[in-house]
Amino acid sequence: MKFGVVIFPGTWSDCDFHYVIGEVLHQPVRYVWHRDTDLSEYDCVILPGGFSYGDYLRAGAVAGRSPVVGALGDFVARGGLVLGSCNGFQILCEATLLPGALMRNECLQYRCQSTHVVVENAELPFTRGLRPGQVLKMPISHGEGKYYADLETLRHLKARNRIVFRYCTEVGEVTKEANPNGSVENIAGVVNEEGTVLGLMPHPERAAEAAVGGTDGLLLFHSLIGSLVEDGSFLKR
Amino acid sequence: MRARVVVRLKRGILDPQGSAVKRALEGLGYREVRDLRVGKLLELELDGAASAQARGRLEEMCRRLLANPVTEDFTVEIVEEGTRPNLP
Repeated sequence: MKFGVVIFPGTWSDCDFHYVIGEVLHQPVRYVWHRDTDLSEYDCVILPGGFSYGDYLRAGAVAGRSPVVGALGDFVARGGLVLGSCNGFQILCEATLLPGALMRNECLQYRCQSTHVVVENAELPFTRGLRPGQVLKMPISHGEGKYYADLETLRHLKARNRIVFRYCTEVGEVTKEANPNGSVENIAGVVNEEGTVLGLMPHPERAAEAAVGGTDGLLLFHSLIGSLVEDGSFLKR
Repeated sequence: MRARVVVRLKRGILDPQGSAVKRALEGLGYREVRDLRVGKLLELELDGAASAQARGRLEEMCRRLLANPVTEDFTVEIVEEGTRPNLP
């Protein structure tokens, strides 16, 4: 059971993830350079937030074609878990490991604030410690977080329960006012068909200690660790 | 050989950046602007002469990286050898 935290040129949340996994949760974790392609020692690979390659062309576009992301396909096929937060979510969409795209915020402002999200799918390795309808408070920090997918993709996502988080009010109402970036249907996070690749715009790693504004993000890590511990054969290798 | 690639948001996808620029033009008195959408222009210099194969490779570049097929359309224009792209 081991976490890998990927660093691209311009990644900024790598240290936060590494700290939370290693120092707060005392789990084995190593940094993974963006040119690395051997992911065989990891059970879960994290794509952190930031501005990989300066977000040139489109957010996550260049990172989405990098060697380490190219290796994620095989890693996922072998049962590995991937969590992409913020820029990591953008990268996963650019690499077509997740459907849809993240576009410029509808308000045109960079949004750095606390948000609430409601859990829709609590049966994933990332969310199994949660319950459907549970509200989590986690910060966002992005200029391009407006989730977009065409109608057919949205229908498919809903039919397969692949919308994992939606922006909501403090009490869990999914409203226009609670949507910080104009995401279609308030979508804040989606998962792949197999339930092993999760992308979300909020930062769970920045909500992992009471001293910095909350611990709801830890619930995702606890779910992940529980999944990996209980099922030692999680990686089919 | 030089080529020019234009990447645009697909029709039907909201372009808040374009709307903001349109409003700014209105503020300057240009009320005749009915719609404005912001896209990207990429100029490429390539080895070799213009050919069907070169165009095919440019379109492949667009599909694989330069445009996001979820949200964007692209057009490829090959500008003949030795001439600069005729920019609007």
